[in-house]
Amino acid sequence: MIIERISMALGPIAVALLFAGIILIIAGVNPVSYYAYVLQRGLFSWIGLQQTLTRMAPLLFIAASLIVAFRAGIWNLGTDGQFLLGAVTAAAAAPLLVTVIPVWLAVSLSMVLATAVAMLWSLLPALLRAYQGVNEIITTLMMTFLGISFANVLVKLVFLDPATTVPQTRTLAVENRLPRLFDTTITSGVIMGIVAVVAVHLMMTRTSFGLKLRVVGANPRAALHAGLNVPTLTISVFALSAGLAGLAGAVDILGVYGNVRADWNPAYGMAVIPVVFLSRMNGFAAIAFVFLFSVLSIGGESAARRLGVPQDFTLVFVAITLIVLALAEYMAQRRAAVREA
Amino acid sequence: MSGLFTDVFLSALLFGAITAAVPLLLAGIGEQMSEKAGVLNIGIEGMMIAGAFCGFLGAYLSGSLWLGFLSGGLAGCAVAFVMVLLCVRLGLNQIVIGIGLTLGLEGLTALAHHFQFSRTYPRLPAADITVIPGLSAIPIIGPALFKHHLIVYLAVILVLVMSFIYRRTQLGLNLQAAGDKPAALDVAGVDVIRIRTVAVLATGSLAGIGGAYLANIGAGLFVPFITNGAGFLGIVLAMLARGRPVWVLAGAVLFGMCLSLTTAMQVAGINMPTDIINMLPFTAVMLMLILFGRRASLPAALGLPYQRGAR
Repeated sequence: MIIERISMALGPIAVALLFAGIILIIAGVNPVSYYAYVLQRGLFSWIGLQQTLTRMAPLLFIAASLIVAFRAGIWNLGTDGQFLLGAVTAAAAAPLLVTVIPVWLAVSLSMVLATAVAMLWSLLPALLRAYQGVNEIITTLMMTFLGISFANVLVKLVFLDPATTVPQTRTLAVENRLPRLFDTTITSGVIMGIVAVVAVHLMMTRTSFGLKLRVVGANPRAALHAGLNVPTLTISVFALSAGLAGLAGAVDILGVYGNVRADWNPAYGMAVIPVVFLSRMNGFAAIAFVFLFSVLSIGGESAARRLGVPQDFTLVFVAITLIVLALAEYMAQRRAAVREA
Repeated sequence: MSGLFTDVFLSALLFGAITAAVPLLLAGIGEQMSEKAGVLNIGIEGMMIAGAFCGFLGAYLSGSLWLGFLSGGLAGCAVAFVMVLLCVRLGLNQIVIGIGLTLGLEGLTALAHHFQFSRTYPRLPAADITVIPGLSAIPIIGPALFKHHLIVYLAVILVLVMSFIYRRTQLGLNLQAAGDKPAALDVAGVDVIRIRTVAVLATGSLAGIGGAYLANIGAGLFVPFITNGAGFLGIVLAMLARGRPVWVLAGAVLFGMCLSLTTAMQVAGINMPTDIINMLPFTAVMLMLILFGRRASLPAALGLPYQRGAR
């Protein structure tokens, strides 16, 4: 059973590597050497591996955010906006707070603030969905477009560091950032991320609250008849999901970057959506897939500089994998149906 | 502020609004058709960006805007064909595939642009304009509304044609039924899958042409990720229009106005950061959704694949 599951996950990736390889050939790039370079840079070199694990930190929090939402049937496609506002909040708060309170408290408080602001950012889509039935796919997407500009407004006008000419927020000193693991450059955020994903997974699968959320996700009408308070549950899903996305931003700033530059938008959210689909919203599988995606994106960034293949290739690869996986799942279901009949 | 409300300024503002509205209109009309037929087409953003790139490439290589629109429409249609195969024929999750297509095509067009043009962004020459005699002489409105590329008028005529189709023809009824009660349509002897296929392919073509207009006439060039949510705005328009093509037109012009105001304010030298101005159209969308969101009606079977005999 487990072997079947793993082959169901790895098979589509292999097929996608093939299809994506054809695109590389058309573009005049040798796919074998490209893939080898990506793996070399993202996985098999010590510096690359440390970068890969560090990159996982925000991605894991976003994966946790999406797992809560998708399992509860809420299509929160606005994690990018929530992420950016969380990041800007943390970048604005932390350098100021460290001057008045102990570092550990300042950093923790910044994370709390980032979470709260991201939650607030999702309030409008949450209310519209819970009480007006407005489709959240659209509202969260619109809030992301709005959030990208708003984050820029905050960086350029409100929290601008007067000491630099580049528009960016004040920088959190390296020694005040989240601790690194042992003697490496890996951020401890990755541990927090893994804890977040596992906690979310257990909450959704092992607690009555998680069960309620899954019932709402599977059949809102049945949930209503079962006496569940669907609007309240909907709003709490938005709050949890957006809060985790905001935390992702905080962890990336407090652990890695130290400040937010104007026009910075890594768009992790959009990239993690397919990753979460691939893992079938299972937390443990999500950790593995986030690792894989992280290798690809660190290796891909390096390849963009060296081999001249833009990073957008990673996006294409993930999209192809997603579509191939959906097809593979369909065929597996068909086979199962034939076997039954 | 003194030069703000001159005739020239107002006329330019209105002209910009129409130019910005056309891609939204085409996407919205297309999405409306898909949604009527029961397919929530999140991939429309991908169809638009494919249309924008291929439309630009076609126009750039051939020197003809019409061949550009043709190649843009064909590219959108090709993406729609994938959506038809996966979501209409096989019944896969429309949201998952839609997101996959959008992400994949955003990446693919960015890659293709890189390999075709490297880091250069060639411009197309200005579009030929069809001046409507008489009407274009009206002050302010005339030059703003009646001096556009021919395809703009065709897009407006399309709105009327779609209204007619929905109200007066069997095809319109079939489309509606495919989204509201597909089983009933099936019992009446009409192939639901075929109706949905036609609707999605038409959507893709329209979105592709819209993308081509956005690149070739709106901007005059292609840059990666140029659609920047125009397809999603099309979905909003379709949602708010409650199945009426004329409302899509009205909404498109309204959002077009917001987008045009963005550039017009900069031209007028109003000192406001671009980021605040960029928030305008999306704020307008959210306001519209807050005010009218409750009344946005969607077909009953929207997003659900249809399988004969399945319950």
